[in-house]
Amino acid sequence: MIPSGLQTRNEHRVVLRAEGVWKSYDDGAIAVLKGVDFETFEGQTIALCGPSGCGKSTLLHLFGGLDAPDRGLVSVNGVEVNRHRNLLRLLRHEVGFVFQLHNLIPDLTLEENCLIPTMAAGTDRGTAQARLHQLAESTGLTHRLGQRIQKLSGGERQRTALCRALMNRPKILLADEPTGSLDEHASAAVFALLLEIVATEGVTLVMATHDRSLAARCDRLLDMHDGRIDEA
Amino acid sequence: MIFLKLIVTNLRRHRVRSFICIAGIAFSVAAMLTVVTVLQGAIGMFSGILSSDSEIIVFERNVSDLFFSNVPAAALEEISRWPMVAHADPVLFGIVSSSDHPVVTCFGVTAGDARIRKAGWTAGDRLAFAQHSDDVVLGERAAEFLGAKLGDRVPIGHGIFHVIGILKTANGFEDGGVFMPLSSAQSFFHKEGNSSVITIKLRNKDDAALFKNTVKAKFPTLIGLEDAEFTRSYSQFKILKATAWAVGGCGLLLGGFGVANTMIMSVFTRIREIAILRVCGFSNTQIAAMIFGESAVITLSGAMLGLLIGASLLYTLKLVPALHGYVDVTLQPVVLLIVILMALITGLAGALYPAAYAMRVRAVEALRFE
Repeated sequence: MIPSGLQTRNEHRVVLRAEGVWKSYDDGAIAVLKGVDFETFEGQTIALCGPSGCGKSTLLHLFGGLDAPDRGLVSVNGVEVNRHRNLLRLLRHEVGFVFQLHNLIPDLTLEENCLIPTMAAGTDRGTAQARLHQLAESTGLTHRLGQRIQKLSGGERQRTALCRALMNRPKILLADEPTGSLDEHASAAVFALLLEIVATEGVTLVMATHDRSLAARCDRLLDMHDGRIDEA
Repeated sequence: MIFLKLIVTNLRRHRVRSFICIAGIAFSVAAMLTVVTVLQGAIGMFSGILSSDSEIIVFERNVSDLFFSNVPAAALEEISRWPMVAHADPVLFGIVSSSDHPVVTCFGVTAGDARIRKAGWTAGDRLAFAQHSDDVVLGERAAEFLGAKLGDRVPIGHGIFHVIGILKTANGFEDGGVFMPLSSAQSFFHKEGNSSVITIKLRNKDDAALFKNTVKAKFPTLIGLEDAEFTRSYSQFKILKATAWAVGGCGLLLGGFGVANTMIMSVFTRIREIAILRVCGFSNTQIAAMIFGESAVITLSGAMLGLLIGASLLYTLKLVPALHGYVDVTLQPVVLLIVILMALITGLAGALYPAAYAMRVRAVEALRFE
């Protein structure tokens, strides 16, 4: 079931779709998603709100192909994710992830962390460096490129994670509580940057968050309750 | 470059564990190198005794040990007359004992034998050899451990012998041996009329095949082999070589278990990192390459360190006076290559399970608990 009101956006291309998605853990003992229907268009920013354990992260993982639904269908750019013949392509070129904890590799520098996705995708060095410098400039990290992760502040680490997620120019950015580990000031700054960059890059943002004030600044705010989505 | 850094990073994070694993491989490699090189050296020395100024060895067919070989004097006489033979030297090998030394190698040779002619005589006169039946010439080290000097009478086995010369050779077996006139040795070892082998020098090396075929035709109980051929096929040498490689291989296998253990621990401790790399688009092949790369760095570092330790150990052994002449420390490139390859294969085999485990890591499970 597609939430009402979306028909007005039909002039845009659907980039992400979930139809009747069910997901449970412990052999069905814990049902997390109970028939989720969802659709979003190119360039939209969407906030998924809801209490802990309501299935926000699980849904993001399904969108990114990191997990498969028990039932239902998830598709990215028209290609069914759980039947995706090439999940690597999805992870390398279609979606980027930002997590609550930055999940950077501490022994590497900011630059090296950001170059990991391009290395995985086999992007040539010149193109990767050019992209890195573009994103570093957008996020204000140019002067920190050679720094090790341990020497960066929380906000800088999360901005680095954002750069890393966007290195291969994904069409969809999946952000799981991207500001959850930051203080109020850093959180606002990182979120503003996030919105600015996805707008500039034309990326679709699907973000799980507890912070309704941040969520309100997205194009759409979806509430998750009892394994289902309600559009606010 | 980043990929290499990802490999090395984990080794740097767990320095002590990495060092212990590298040390395990290093000592395995050192043990293998030392055992194989010492035994190869010993084989080389024994081959050297046989091939002294000769190209072919004639001995009794199908004997397990040259000490049990009997070549009759009639064969020696006939072979000596063959036109392709420059000279044929009979040698009788025996083991005797003396006080404090249960094993002394005894060589029964003629006065014209290259071992007598070409050795450096530190005492005595070469021309005096084989003038009397109780005359012996001692290798320098034998003279040392028997406490004998020129002119002394020394008890060897069940006899008393007169030392008429002391000679120095580079070969440990010869240097620690006793040289007797052939007839005296035949009598002493109850092998009248026989020798253990005949060493043959040909007028033309190209006649080797003709010579061997002639031996086969005329003396069906004997066999003639070229020196290199003999070294390859002699069963005692084969047993020694197999033992050396087996002992070294066992050491390396233990090192391999060490690598496997380290790599399993490595994968367990970086599961989250592997999950992140997966989310960044790393393929199974790239994940496995990272684990194998880490293993290869450990193994190659261990192998290099092991070669250094092994070479030092061999050099030290060479300096031990009691082993003088017994240890040939010449490192053969083939042995080095085989040792490095075996270490590498062992290390990579040790990384098989950890790599397979890493490839099965599901990012979603590793990331679920932030």
